[in-house]
Amino acid sequence: MSCIEQMKYTIHLQRTSFKDAREYIEKNSDEVYYVSPGYKIFKDYYIIGVPPIAVGAKGNALIFPYTKPCYGTFVLSIDDEDSIKEINRLRETEKEKVVSSLKKSKPSESFKATLTSYQDIWKK
Amino acid sequence: MTGAKVLLMMGCPEVPIQTSIALYLSHKLTNLGFDVTVAGTTAASKLLKVSDSDGYYVKKLVDLDKTVVDVIEKRTDFDMCFAFMHNDAGMTYAATMSSISQARMYSIVFGRNAEALAETMEFDCVKIVSQDVHNPVRLKNKLDKVMEEIVK
Repeated sequence: MSCIEQMKYTIHLQRTSFKDAREYIEKNSDEVYYVSPGYKIFKDYYIIGVPPIAVGAKGNALIFPYTKPCYGTFVLSIDDEDSIKEINRLRETEKEKVVSSLKKSKPSESFKATLTSYQDIWKK
Repeated sequence: MTGAKVLLMMGCPEVPIQTSIALYLSHKLTNLGFDVTVAGTTAASKLLKVSDSDGYYVKKLVDLDKTVVDVIEKRTDFDMCFAFMHNDAGMTYAATMSSISQARMYSIVFGRNAEALAETMEFDCVKIVSQDVHNPVRLKNKLDKVMEEIVK
């Protein structure tokens, strides 16, 4: 049994398909983040799912899919101090992705031009 | 391939042929020299344990969710994984395993909605599809062909 079952959660959808759960999260969240299967949330829950797995934030609540082999997929939300931490972690991860993709991309010609000094322009 | 690690991943045991095929596949692959582990939900494992109380057909029986966590945490992995599925949740577990493991995936899709379910699968795997619920013979025959290919 994962920690989720001992937490105070709200059920938004139950016994549904993973695809429908993803669509619900995308439509009903203020912010949507995509994580890989096995992404760990809270103390010990590793998200089971078909990638890309949508995880949402609505206010301070974290909205996520929860799959049980005999019962299908549920959409749950948890709104407490831990969910705020999880949402902040998703936001930070998203920021890091943007920074690392900017670092990886080569500077464009126009960007290179802006690195030219004022004096160099007059030399030309 | 002798000694290769094989995982049989059992989902909800609601459709009867899962247990018999899991026992058959485990025994057959073990005799072919594979190192077979069977993972199941609590109910699926109990059905298997009662059917094979002396562990003659299944040598290693483990918990499904714990095995998934062990693969995620890189404490274990497999060379091949046969994932049983007759519902969307089973397919979701197989897609997860496909994403977290290095194993070559074989999806055993069965039950009344087998063909429709197989069409929804988007991950890379060998599909073994049979719309059977009670009679395991057609699925067994298809798996025999797959095993022949594996040991070639």
